[in-house]
Amino acid sequence: MRTLVSPATLARPRGRIVYWTVFTATVLLFALAFLFPVYWMVTGAMKSPDEVARTPPTLVPHHWHTGGYTDAWDLMRLPAHLWNTVVQAAGAWLCQIVFCTAAAYALSRLRPAFGKFVLGGILATLMVPAQALVVPKYLTVADLPLLHTSLLNDPLAIWLPAVANAFNLYLLKRFFDQLPRDVLEAAEIDGAGRTRVLWSVVLPMSRPVLGVVSIFALVAVWQDFLWPLMVFSDTDRQPISVALVQLSQNIPLTVLIAAMVMASVPMVALFLVFQRHIVAGISAGSTKG
Amino acid sequence: MTKTAERPSAQRAAVPPRTRPAPRPDGRWRRTLTDQLHAYAFLLGGLLCFALFSWYPAVRAVVIAFQKYTPGSPPQWAGTANFTRVLHDPEFTAAWRNTLTFTALALLLGFAVPFLLALVLNELRHARAFFRVAVYLPVMIPPVVSALLWKWFYDPGAGLANEALRAVHLPTSNWSNGADTALISLVIVATWANMGGTVLIYLAALQSIPGELYEAAELDGANLLQRVRHVTVPQTRFVILMLMLLQIIATMQVFTEPFVITGGGPENATVTVLYLIYKYAFLYNDFGGACALSVMLLVLLGVFSAGYLRLTRSEGDA
Repeated sequence: MRTLVSPATLARPRGRIVYWTVFTATVLLFALAFLFPVYWMVTGAMKSPDEVARTPPTLVPHHWHTGGYTDAWDLMRLPAHLWNTVVQAAGAWLCQIVFCTAAAYALSRLRPAFGKFVLGGILATLMVPAQALVVPKYLTVADLPLLHTSLLNDPLAIWLPAVANAFNLYLLKRFFDQLPRDVLEAAEIDGAGRTRVLWSVVLPMSRPVLGVVSIFALVAVWQDFLWPLMVFSDTDRQPISVALVQLSQNIPLTVLIAAMVMASVPMVALFLVFQRHIVAGISAGSTKG
Repeated sequence: MTKTAERPSAQRAAVPPRTRPAPRPDGRWRRTLTDQLHAYAFLLGGLLCFALFSWYPAVRAVVIAFQKYTPGSPPQWAGTANFTRVLHDPEFTAAWRNTLTFTALALLLGFAVPFLLALVLNELRHARAFFRVAVYLPVMIPPVVSALLWKWFYDPGAGLANEALRAVHLPTSNWSNGADTALISLVIVATWANMGGTVLIYLAALQSIPGELYEAAELDGANLLQRVRHVTVPQTRFVILMLMLLQIIATMQVFTEPFVITGGGPENATVTVLYLIYKYAFLYNDFGGACALSVMLLVLLGVFSAGYLRLTRSEGDA
């Protein structure tokens, strides 16, 4: 495809030299800017406490210690915090898939009275940046209206607010809108009820959008910091992000770095496995919102 | 509405020569009712969550902003006392100044750099997958981890940032520990951590520019920079504007980096509005003040959000 620089220019000897120079420079720049910090983190955790504080620093650890990783695993109680994060992320994902899908299906196909009004109210929340509302949201979670129970220190405080995600709901609704009418009508004529149509026809046809919504839901919970910081004052309930910051003050540097690496592994692994889908999804312009 | 629709058929049924039996007058009405019940059964869970965790807090922010509110005791109306108290807080000015400076710097740095990177990447025909994965990798690292990682880089002792400066014989800097350099240090972290998304979206926009436009410009004698200025920028104007607005909305809510790296210091140089909201609520136990601040932030961000939504909607229609 023709871009800024014409193929003819690139074919010339001088063009080729410039191209390969720019290419090499960009590879080096990317390696230095984005991969090297990650390398530094992974190897920093394997240095001895003396070596990590040494100036000038060593590029490769003299001795490869795994003590940082094992200490982080035991001292910082990483298994517990990682498990908390997994529970919070999985529950938020499940709640979003169940409630957002059902609501999007209703808005798209079941023509509820005042449906337009409800959709408008949902889309209006896109205009209200989530972080600006954390304090009143916290007060609501601390004392639910009518029920007067508190969800603080309970994973429900992550799961239920996650459902109020207008972006994901709208993504689903738009996808359902575009499903072919005749297929759904054929299922109805065959006597399938609404739940059956959703379960056996709509959902199987919506795999791509469900994948995108699932990744967004998982990543959002795993990366979040301010909300879990407010909601989980109980150390035993804290997800990894909050625990890392709380414990970062009084823990040896190598142990902290090892814990940071382990906190990143699940998301980086998710990215490397699904990188094609994720990059394609972002390129389609649908990630931010 | 349904009842009036039924009436003519009932009258018709009363006329003798009709052969077809009258439909049960309430059948259709009952069917729409069950349809509606089903529709709302599907909607219920989502609707409740939106009501509890989006709509109600938005209303409540405005209400509490005008109340003296301490959890556990009944709220009292306080007029505009919260706003005046917050406005007279010396941290208030610092927080807004820092947030706006942060946003402006993040726009300069966090926009110019990804823009240039995407321009270059679009010209490269090799190792495309590597570039895309590398630039997006920091986005997938939890923000808390990237903040702690950079805190370590900025360390005045064994930090990598000063080592790099020493290696090229430049004077070292205080980075996040100096009042002058703290804010820009945080902007660097935020840019590093978030630019992957901007690069990928902008790259996708660049790929949709028809090649003939470049050809025509080249035939007219436009050099490289002129082609960027007169073809690339106008062709991607919409995406540029959209990404800018998104970036403004995101960076105005910055919290993790100052909280983790600097704790708002040194000398309040990195206190942001969201950080101040957090402090009012959880350090001073002043929820009225926190909500007054939230409302101010909300109004300002709402303007940008409305601009973003209008922009995307008008593009969707086109």
